[in-house]
Amino acid sequence: MSEPLTIVEGIAAPLPLKNVDTDIIWPGLPGLSLRRGDQARNAFARLRFDPEGAERPDFILNQLPWREAKILVAGSNFGCGSSREMAVWGLVEWGMRCVIAPSFGDIFFNNACLNGLLPVILPENAVEAILATITDPERSVLKVDLVAMRVTGSGFNLPFMLDEHRRRCLLHGLNETGATLQQIETVRSFGKSYADRFPWTRIEGEKIA
Amino acid sequence: MTRPRTLYAKIWETHLIDERSDGSCLLWIDRHVLNEGTSIQAFDSLREAGLTIERREMHLAVADHAVPTDERGGPLPAGTRSDRILQLERNCTEFGIPHIPYLSTRQGICHVIAPEQGFVLPGMVAVCGDSHTATLGAMGALGFGIGTSEIEQVLATGTLIQQPSKTMAVEINGILGDGINAKDVILHLIGVIGAAGGTGYAIEYRGSAIEAMSIEARMTLSNMSVEAGARVGMIAPDEQLIQWLHGRALTPRGAEWDEAVAYWRTLPTDPGATFDRIVQIKAADIAPQVTWGTSPEHVVAVGAAVPDPESFADPTRAAAAARALAYQGLQPGTPIQAIAIDRVFIGSCTNARLSDLRAAANVVRGRHLASHVEGFVVPGSTRIRRDAEEEGLDRVFIEAGFEWRHSGCSMCGGAETAPPGTRIAATSNRNFEHRQGRDVRTHLVSPAMAAAAGIAGHFVDIRQFGKGRA
Ligand code: SF4
Repeated sequence: MSEPLTIVEGIAAPLPLKNVDTDIIWPGLPGLSLRRGDQARNAFARLRFDPEGAERPDFILNQLPWREAKILVAGSNFGCGSSREMAVWGLVEWGMRCVIAPSFGDIFFNNACLNGLLPVILPENAVEAILATITDPERSVLKVDLVAMRVTGSGFNLPFMLDEHRRRCLLHGLNETGATLQQIETVRSFGKSYADRFPWTRIEGEKIA
Repeated sequence: MTRPRTLYAKIWETHLIDERSDGSCLLWIDRHVLNEGTSIQAFDSLREAGLTIERREMHLAVADHAVPTDERGGPLPAGTRSDRILQLERNCTEFGIPHIPYLSTRQGICHVIAPEQGFVLPGMVAVCGDSHTATLGAMGALGFGIGTSEIEQVLATGTLIQQPSKTMAVEINGILGDGINAKDVILHLIGVIGAAGGTGYAIEYRGSAIEAMSIEARMTLSNMSVEAGARVGMIAPDEQLIQWLHGRALTPRGAEWDEAVAYWRTLPTDPGATFDRIVQIKAADIAPQVTWGTSPEHVVAVGAAVPDPESFADPTRAAAAARALAYQGLQPGTPIQAIAIDRVFIGSCTNARLSDLRAAANVVRGRHLASHVEGFVVPGSTRIRRDAEEEGLDRVFIEAGFEWRHSGCSMCGGAETAPPGTRIAATSNRNFEHRQGRDVRTHLVSPAMAAAAGIAGHFVDIRQFGKGRA
């Protein structure tokens, strides 16, 4: 379960990079915990901190007002690469609730919606315009409304789209496991007919390991 | 008459339990592979919610990401990496999930052992908490990587909520040139469509060049669909695949095998079925590829030079290229073959199967690594390591100055790293910043190209390498 999300309003930080992969978002450094709740410090760790662990003052997310950001605006293919859900947990635990980009890595996009991080896809030129706007600290506040499906900021008001299923997951902080377990009898009867059709897909536990 | 369907649509439709009004679909999952990297929190969540495993025998767990590859046999060295391996084992015991122990002869990289064991078969839907699950598409299966929340769902319900992808046909016709490997094919494709070119699509590789490829080569291809942005990369099952699967440890036997084979023959995409996008590539156009930057789309043919960022029309691509060159410590215009390397890494789920090791061994046999180059060979599975040793490949590598390692993800996943600044010719799949260690510079190449770079000390064109020598 994640925290329900309807409107995210706050500082938006510009990260005008393409192909920000999940190794950048959540580097697999030695000695890290893989558990939820421990991930805030590792979000963008290599960009935020130097090898000694001190903050890098030149990184935008270490600077005011953007260090308070709840929204991140980035280039295309954000979250490509590894499936590590820690990348999403890290962003959320660090305080992000929304990422706006022209496109996202498929697995990251899905992970985000299951963890209360709203991924908003906008056309490349719109993202560029937003990036330019929020680089001005005076105009860095955005409002992303998942009910009205609009992004508003200084001088713009743009619609976005998200499929109904993922929208509901985010609005209600839904857990898909719980929802599916309510249907478990349907699943089991499907399983019976599936096994009749494809008996060769069965496998005996003892044989496996 | 039934409507012509793609391989993807056929598998999707047989696994569809329920389609909801919001467009989401509940899918039956046949097989789930687990590793120690992404499953820990999923078991924690099950425990917290008091949930159990819906179908135990559909899962198979193996440690690969964190396992040490320098030594095997003794107790695990203390530390986080060992804790993860032991935690996976404890979770599997507690929840009753089949598990291949760390010291088993069946241990290996999850995407290598799942096909090797015959755990994943044509027509199945198979998932794993790792993006390179796309590899399983070479089995004529629908394989895709999932996050930890989804692992939890598969454990608790044996199903997943998904949405259908768009479909893309990548048609590669003709004959690949000498020395051109599946790795070059996929890197070339990524160069053409970009690292986000496949986003939202399930790719099906088709055409005469694909049909002619070995099953192992097809796995290299489907593996790196992820680097093209696609979650899925499939190849239709054919007679070669059926033979390859026959007799593997977990494949069906007797009448069930015959029934399965009859079904598998119905899976290939029907003539007349349509795809949302078609990309056509001529096999003859593909040269050996080398990446120069920090995204797999930063790739050129070995005969080319490092591009000038200013040559990119799109300003964000130009900025990305400039940043990549700064990270990689390269100047625009440097010929690829003038780039000297410090290390060779032959390993990973992309290129550490027996045929990959043979290809590299054929290059290094009777030669030696350049004096400033270190080399590591990390077989994709313990069985591959054993098979390679039976052929004497270990001695070929050792005599050429390589370290002959035990199987695991090693220098692909970041558990084993190189010192800062090292420049690596790697057969793995990601050249991301810091992926192989802090400030480490990765160049992705095929196994033969990596081996040749190690011998020469810099990148060379495998098609010319060794010419004029006995
Ligand atoms: S070898 Fe590399 S890409 Fe493959 S599963 Fe391991 S870490 Fe992932």
